Amino acid sequence: MKVLMFGWEFPPQSTGGLGTACYGLTKALSSLGAEITLVLPTTEGTSSEFLKLVGANARVREIKTPMRPYMTSQQYSSRHGRSSLYGQTLFEEVSRYAEAAEQIAREESFDVIHCHDWLTYEAGIRAKKVSSKPLVVHVHATELDRTGGLSVNRHVYDIERKGMHAADAVVAVSNYTKGKITSHYGVSPEKVAVVHNAAERQEQGASYRPEQFGIKSHSKIVLFLGRITLQKGPDYFIYAAKRILELEPDTRFVIAGSGDMEEFIINKAAELGIADKVLFTGFLKGDDVKRVYRMADVYVMPSVSEPFGITALEAINSGTPVIISKNSGVSEVISHCLKVDFWDTNQLSNKIIGVLRYRELAEELQANAESEMGKVSWLNSAQKCLDVYSSLLRKV
Amino acid sequence: MVNVCLYFQVHQPYRIRNYTVFDIGNSSNYFNDEKNVSVLKRVAEKCYLPANRLLLELLEKHPEFKASFSFSGVVLEQLETHAPEALQSFKELAATKRVEILDETYHHSLAFIYSKKEFEEQVKLHTEKVRKLFGQKPTVFRNTELIYNNELAAFAERMGYKGILAEGADHILGWRSPNFVYKPKTSNGMRLLLKNYRLSDDIAFRFSERSWPEWPLTADKFARWVNAVNGNGNCVNLFMDYETFGEHQWAETGIFDFLRHMPAEILRHPDNSFATPSEIVKEHEPVAELDVHNLISWADVERDLSAWLGNSMQQAAIRELYRMESEVKASGDKKLLEDWRKLQTSDNFYYMCTKWFSDGDVHKYFNPYDSPYDAFMSFMNIINDIRIRIKKRKK
Repeated sequence: MKVLMFGWEFPPQSTGGLGTACYGLTKALSSLGAEITLVLPTTEGTSSEFLKLVGANARVREIKTPMRPYMTSQQYSSRHGRSSLYGQTLFEEVSRYAEAAEQIAREESFDVIHCHDWLTYEAGIRAKKVSSKPLVVHVHATELDRTGGLSVNRHVYDIERKGMHAADAVVAVSNYTKGKITSHYGVSPEKVAVVHNAAERQEQGASYRPEQFGIKSHSKIVLFLGRITLQKGPDYFIYAAKRILELEPDTRFVIAGSGDMEEFIINKAAELGIADKVLFTGFLKGDDVKRVYRMADVYVMPSVSEPFGITALEAINSGTPVIISKNSGVSEVISHCLKVDFWDTNQLSNKIIGVLRYRELAEELQANAESEMGKVSWLNSAQKCLDVYSSLLRKV
Repeated sequence: MVNVCLYFQVHQPYRIRNYTVFDIGNSSNYFNDEKNVSVLKRVAEKCYLPANRLLLELLEKHPEFKASFSFSGVVLEQLETHAPEALQSFKELAATKRVEILDETYHHSLAFIYSKKEFEEQVKLHTEKVRKLFGQKPTVFRNTELIYNNELAAFAERMGYKGILAEGADHILGWRSPNFVYKPKTSNGMRLLLKNYRLSDDIAFRFSERSWPEWPLTADKFARWVNAVNGNGNCVNLFMDYETFGEHQWAETGIFDFLRHMPAEILRHPDNSFATPSEIVKEHEPVAELDVHNLISWADVERDLSAWLGNSMQQAAIRELYRMESEVKASGDKKLLEDWRKLQTSDNFYYMCTKWFSDGDVHKYFNPYDSPYDAFMSFMNIINDIRIRIKKRKK
């Protein structure tokens, strides 16, 4: 099986779950015998042993916005008087990338086209046009998730919709996301296959010491890790922190990540009078991510809308109990965790305190979730993708 | 001669509400009244009332028909308040003299394992409740979830009971049959009645299971299985939750029709009859002594206590609860004692079971929590509130 795959980011040049997921999935696909050619906007700083990387050289020279597939939040931008959510250069890059795709598709030999998220859909559609091979679009997130349903970018939504309808099959990272695809994008449910993400098992490794963050060793640590954007619910995290500190003043809150709500969250912490109890690490990569998971007593993912949420699996793999939003794909995969409505700060605080106070709760959560991870593997996900490919090739 | 012994367990707990850390010290209202009342009314409607009506008919129609029940004290309280008509129909059954009531712990608790003193007090409360409501003095004891061992048999014998029920678990019986009366190793006068779990579970669990080769189960087929015991057994003990009829097995499955025809089909064989536990204890000599050192129960395939005490949350919760016993009792606060006892109900620990949580199965039945972890948190928060109440009382 030869796959022409279009992606936007790939580790180590990766800023979020999309890159992590592409890596995990392609590695497992390769091990199952698939030959993958992965097209990226640029291959600079990236290499791979298990697949062929092709650069579309789509990066524009003058980069005004950070080249990230993620958007800023309306809430933040309106607060700061910004009008445009996506920089002009991003759209330019997307269209250059799509143009390059046509040429690449003529040169490469492949059986199926597989593209990841809206940035690559146009590329996939063009590759399909010149090759007449079946197209799979993989939905890791929709515009509705990124915006929490507020101020949806029409242009992005239209690209997503066009890609899903042009595709011969749509892969959704969860049933939760499949629901969005069928109800908000008008795609028939039979065309959508659910392939959950996974996370690689990891060896035990080093942890940060709380002292490195100026935290006393007896303090309990609550971790938020993700982009600091509307979608991830950092505001709910900070409101919960305020409540928790009323009962457990020794607790410390670590926010790992960056994003357009960072300033808002920093100001909010000051306004609530808890600035000295909330620590910002900035954007973390690679082993630093694992270190911060291991340092934490509980990982909290209060996302407004989380198509999957690989970070929850990574936290579990690092031996940390997790509390996740009910609006998440990962909650379909892991049952041994605490689930909350992201807006219910009272319950969120209550559950965080529960994990911090009751040793047996944290231990059971951690042990059972870890054993549940045994059935979560990229190989299963890859096999499901192969099944999708085969079903399309049979139709041809 | 085979005595068929029907025994039904009737119990509904006081489920705990979602009690948060912010409630500690601020609210001593622990129970989910709304849920408890709605479950009770639903079960009364779907099971207790129609099943009682049917049993009364059967008692009238077949003079040889008999049955037995045990009720937790907490379900009786709830029936008195929220489903008096169902309680009335249970009283009518008891009044026929062919329906025997057994004793258990008032709060459907695991007290025997943690406090013999509390256990004895709860059994006495129960005896008193049964006397008051049904005018009977039980001589046969059944412990919560058929939890049993030698020590319990000896304890119950000292309390004056003549017989005791237990699970006919393979690992205690070995090659032996549950269809005889046994004698517990540690007691002389006590008689042990063992549940025939195959035949019991054919009704309680498999009745509506379409993938079961024996589906559909009819009364005459079931009677043939009972008849097969003739010649190699004295009694067939069919022990099950009463909620089997109409709740675990919905009316649509035909469970009531099965029950309606079962007595006649069984009585068709001249050597079959029905008997209550105390009659079996009187009529049959024990065939052997059974040595049950470790605690067994009627739960799950393991037939052990892991559904209630299998994980560290369950163990911590129950340990903390019983640790407060003397202080709660010394406080002289009746409401506090009552709350503390309601927390002992085994269901509270069952809801914390993580064994099959990811598969989502029988443990979900009427479980008011999102997860075992949520159940544990509410429970521990309440324990902390009780501690505050004890402290306040001391001042």
